[in-house]
Amino acid sequence: MGKKTLMTGNEAIAEAAVQAGCRHFFGYPITPQSEIPEYLSKRFPEVGGCFLQAESEIASIYMVFGAAGAGARVMTSSSSPGISLMQEGISYISAAELPCVIVNVMRGGPGLGGIQPSQSDYFQATKGGGHGDYHVLVLAPSTVQEAADLMMEAFDLADKYRNPVMILGDGFLGQMIEPVEFKHMSSTDRPARDWTITGAKGRAQNVVKSLYLKPDVLEQHNLGLHRKYQKMIKNERRVEAYLTEDAQIIIVAFGMAARIAKTAIKILREKDIKAGLVRPITLFPFPYQTLERVAEKVDNLLVVEMNLGQMIEDVKLGVCGKAEVHFYGRVGGMVPNYDEIVADVEKIVKESR
Amino acid sequence: MKAPFYEDIILAGFGGQGIMFIGKLLIHSAMKEGRDVTWIPSYGPEMRGGTANCTVVISDEAIGSPVITSPHSLIVMNNPSLDAFEPRLKEGGVLVMNSSLITHKAKRKNISVIGVPANEIASEIGDKRVANMVMLGAYVGHTKTVSKEKILEGLRGLLGEEKRKLFEVNKKAFEKGMEFGKV
Repeated sequence: MGKKTLMTGNEAIAEAAVQAGCRHFFGYPITPQSEIPEYLSKRFPEVGGCFLQAESEIASIYMVFGAAGAGARVMTSSSSPGISLMQEGISYISAAELPCVIVNVMRGGPGLGGIQPSQSDYFQATKGGGHGDYHVLVLAPSTVQEAADLMMEAFDLADKYRNPVMILGDGFLGQMIEPVEFKHMSSTDRPARDWTITGAKGRAQNVVKSLYLKPDVLEQHNLGLHRKYQKMIKNERRVEAYLTEDAQIIIVAFGMAARIAKTAIKILREKDIKAGLVRPITLFPFPYQTLERVAEKVDNLLVVEMNLGQMIEDVKLGVCGKAEVHFYGRVGGMVPNYDEIVADVEKIVKESR
Repeated sequence: MKAPFYEDIILAGFGGQGIMFIGKLLIHSAMKEGRDVTWIPSYGPEMRGGTANCTVVISDEAIGSPVITSPHSLIVMNNPSLDAFEPRLKEGGVLVMNSSLITHKAKRKNISVIGVPANEIASEIGDKRVANMVMLGAYVGHTKTVSKEKILEGLRGLLGEEKRKLFEVNKKAFEKGMEFGKV
C-alpha cells in the first residue's frame, strides 16, 4: 500500500515487478525501455534479487527459460527489435509451459526502425511471433497506473496458466510521467510449483522440454496447449467500454492510441457527435464479443492504431460484417493526432447520413 | 457549475537549459493540488545544446491524450523552439519566451506574448543556471496554473537533500519571474 508518486511508465513497470515478488531479471538494454533494467539494477540488490545484463536478447530469453524452469518469478524487457530476437525462446517457453513476464515497449519498425513510439508489433504479440501453434497472453496498458497494475497481475496470470504473459506498451507509455500508486499486493497463495527442475532427490523426476518427436504425442501436447488458450479466452478477456451506451460511432483503439482517441471523443461530443470508445485491454484473448455487441448498435467503427492496420483484422472478425470498419493510423514513431481523428469521424458521420 | 480545470503546455529549449526540470516541477506541484497530471518528453539521441521539449497536461479530470497538438500555453527558451511551436499555439494562448536568447519576433497576433529576459534576471540573482525558474515563474505568475506554495514544496522535493543548497537561488529566480509575469 502506498501513496501516489510520479514515475515514468518504465519505472512503474519495474517497481511493480519488484512488488509482485519478481526477483529475477535478464535483459539487454534498448531504447525506449532501458529505464526498466536501469531501475531494477539498483532495486534488485536491495531486495535480494538477481539482475543480470546478458550479452544479447537471445541469451536473455534463454536465461528467463532456465530461471522459469527452476521455479523463479522471472521477467525480461525489451523493445521491438529485441523482442524479435527473443521469439524463438518465447516459442520454446510457451511449448515448455513455463511462467514468465515479457515487457515490450514498442518502437517504430520494421528492422532497426526508429526509437519513437509505435504499436506495430500487434501481429507479432498476438498471433504467435515465433514458430508453432502457441499464444502468449497479451496485456495492453494505456496509463502508467494501469501499466503498474497489469504488471503486478501479469506474474499471477503467468503462474495461473503456466504461460508467458506479455505487457505490450509503447515508447510514450515508457517515457511519460504520471501519478502511480502501488495498491495491489500480489497474491501470496501461488499455485504449487511441483513441476520445477530443482533436483529430483526424494521425488520423481520432472521434465521441462519442448521436444516431442512422435507426432501423436506432439499432437496431444498441442491440443493440451489449445485447451489452455481456450480457458484464457473464456476467463481473461478484458475491455474498457467508454461512452458506448449512447454512441452513434465507435472508435476502437488500445494503449496510447486509445488515450488520444478519448480526447477526440471529448471534442466530438462538444460538437454533438456521440462517439464512444472500445479499448481492448487484453489483446490476446481479444474481446471479439464486445465488438460484436457494439456493431449491432452502430453503423460505423473507426479503428485507430499506431501502425497501418493490424488490430483492425481482429475488430473485423468481431464485427463480422454488421457495420463498416474504417481505419486511421500513424507510423514510424508519429502518433495519431486527435484533431485528425475528429476530422475522420466527422467525415464518416457526414457520409453515412 | 464551474468548468473543470484543464491546462496543457509545451516547454521547449536547448538541452541543458532545465526545460525538462521545470516541466517536472510543474506536475509535481499540480499533483499536490490534487490534480491529474502527465509529462511526456521528447526523447531521442539528445545531448546538451540539442533541442529538448516536454508536454505537460494538468486537469481536474482523468487525462486523455498526453500528446498535445495545439497547446494553451508555450514556454520557449530559444529561437528554434519559438519557430517550431509558435504556429501550434491555440488561439488566445499564452507564449512565454526567453527574450535574452530569442532574437526572432513572435509572428502571431491572436496570442498573448510575454518576453522575459530570463538570462539577465538569472545573472542578476547570481546564478545563470536558474533562467529556467525565471521562465516558470513568469508563466505561473501570468496563468496561476499552480500556487507559489506548491511550486516551492515541489522544488524542495525535487532538489532533495543532495541539492538543498540550490533551493534559495531557485526560489528567488521563481519569485522574480512571477513578478515579471504578473505585469
